[in-house]
Amino acid sequence: MSANNADDVRDRYWAKTRNLTIVVLTLWAFFALVVPAMVSTLDQYTFLGFPLGYYMIAQGSLLAFVIIIWVQNWRQDAIDDEFGFGEEDE
Amino acid sequence: MALLQGRFIDNIGRVYTLYTGGFLAFILLMALLEQFGVGADTIGILFVAFTIGIYALIGWLSRTMEVDAYYVAGRQVPAVYNGMATAADWMSGASFVALAGGVYFGGYGYMAFIVGWTGGYVLVNSLMAPYLRKFGCYTVPDFIGTRYGGNLARLCAVIVLVVASFTYVTAQINATGTIAARALHIPFSWGVWFGLLGILLCSMLGGMRAVTWTQVAQYIVLIVAYLVPVIWMSNVQGFGLIPHFTYGDAASTMAQLEAQFGLNPPAEAIPGLSVLTTPHTGPVGDYAEWRFITLALVMMCGTASLPHILMRYFTTPTVRAARKSVAWSLLFIFLLYFTAPALATLTKLQLLDPSLPTAIIGKPFEEVASLAWIQNWASVGFLAIADQNGDGILQLNEFFMRPDIVVLATPEIAGLPYVISGLVAAGGMAAAMSTADGLLLAIANALSHDLYYKMIDPKADTAVRLVVARILLLGIGALAALIASLQLTGILGAVAWAFCFAASGLFFPLCLGVWWKRANRAGAVAGMAAGFTAGTLYLYYVYTGGTPWFGLDHLRFGIVGMAVSLVSMVVVTLLTPAPDEEIQRMVEETRVPTGPSILSDQH
Repeated sequence: MSANNADDVRDRYWAKTRNLTIVVLTLWAFFALVVPAMVSTLDQYTFLGFPLGYYMIAQGSLLAFVIIIWVQNWRQDAIDDEFGFGEEDE
Repeated sequence: MALLQGRFIDNIGRVYTLYTGGFLAFILLMALLEQFGVGADTIGILFVAFTIGIYALIGWLSRTMEVDAYYVAGRQVPAVYNGMATAADWMSGASFVALAGGVYFGGYGYMAFIVGWTGGYVLVNSLMAPYLRKFGCYTVPDFIGTRYGGNLARLCAVIVLVVASFTYVTAQINATGTIAARALHIPFSWGVWFGLLGILLCSMLGGMRAVTWTQVAQYIVLIVAYLVPVIWMSNVQGFGLIPHFTYGDAASTMAQLEAQFGLNPPAEAIPGLSVLTTPHTGPVGDYAEWRFITLALVMMCGTASLPHILMRYFTTPTVRAARKSVAWSLLFIFLLYFTAPALATLTKLQLLDPSLPTAIIGKPFEEVASLAWIQNWASVGFLAIADQNGDGILQLNEFFMRPDIVVLATPEIAGLPYVISGLVAAGGMAAAMSTADGLLLAIANALSHDLYYKMIDPKADTAVRLVVARILLLGIGALAALIASLQLTGILGAVAWAFCFAASGLFFPLCLGVWWKRANRAGAVAGMAAGFTAGTLYLYYVYTGGTPWFGLDHLRFGIVGMAVSLVSMVVVTLLTPAPDEEIQRMVEETRVPTGPSILSDQH
């Protein structure tokens, strides 16, 4: 019974981890693939004096990647802790 | 040694603070010497010699005869420092020396490298790093070999790893040669061997442990050397305090200058040197968006499959620390990449904008030819001006430059003191050396651990394994230097190939190894072999003059390789039986952060 329970915990843990990963990869695809695809449209707007499309490629998407990873790790740590898989920090 | 290591880990913050302070003091000392009339050449030599001396000292202090320390730095590198080491490992001669130059000449299209080389870390963090860390492997083929089982899978992974990393390392040694040639006034072919010597000093004795601690030191040098000149230049030339937020207008006015001078090909091309013909800010040409996306995508997938990067995350104490160090890595890398387009824009503006004192385009030819920086770079063959239309005025298409030197020449173009040029040379050297170290170690470790120990002589004892690893390191380094001295391709081109090779062969077998329990040995072998072969054949096809399919040129051949790899891996896996119970349990175990790693410490 306890083995089944452990398996169940793992399955739920993995389902949550997988869902988080899917959200992260969707955001990633937006900034990495969709933004460059519509750069000409974005270039019609300006931001800080830059054409917006150019700005997104030179800085905006990069910043988005940094934020995505930090937020992902914060959420993943929470999931780990929720299921008792959290580790001591070094 | 163990005692020293413990003390070092405890004091690591203080050690690197002292080191950074020492480096800044050294820069000030050099600035003072310059004021007292010490020659530019001497300052350049001192910069390069001093920094390489420091790295060699760290390498010697970290020497080891323990397997765990040699392969994975004892798995005790704190996340922040592993982030710095990864950033140095990652930012190569291509990023430091060649990237801004690529953007300068290639315009918007080359910024796909910037997006690709940062966005890739989202894939590393989501798909690979934490799971490979949990696995507890020493090398990337170690994961493939254990997850899928069997020597054939391991061997395929070793082959892809060696080809990708070797392509990459020749580009790095090329970069060290370029810098050493200019800074030390020696021929390029000597510069290559000089660079190799520095690289081996860091990695021979201490393996991963030595490389880790030198890479942290190299990151500090390279980021200071990249940011200081750009910010200084921006302040001297009145572009604003922090140029990153204020160069928007410069980017906008570039189009007017381009129209004014005309983006025309030269009347007579000079081999190896480029003329500006591509607009700065927008996509141009057929398939422009598609070409951008494919290049960015293949660079991202390559990032997530390049073994010298993945193995850095084997050195952290825990899975959580591995994830955290990916986040730090990207932050440290971001600092350089969001500066590169600013550097390219401002440097171009200084040469083009007639209202700035540094402008050369549209000026009398004789006046430009007498500038010291033009003469210095022309004398080593990296730059040329030629009054091809005979009007006595330097036109935009009469100014030839090797793209790889834009970053190195920027301080001189902006008229900054020579101490900044010396600093940039030291930074470029640090970037190229740190990456070359990581790559050589990845190759030598795969050959010594996976090929020699796991496949040829499983009974070999520790001392023999480590001696084999070092001999391989020496041999591979020498071979890479030999090939680099032939100068077959530019720095950026060779690096793009390395990413394509890695993505073609390794991306799906690694990723599906964690994310698809059903994936089996036959599928993985098919994915690696077919993907890698298809990519290589396609590269051969386009490189020998074949018409690219959908604009997929030689920089993007990994797209073809990856598509073939994915399809063959899925199809073959589904046609063959699922992996046995034990392997499936292993995959489940990999997905959970806690508990013992799959491979024991002394495997």
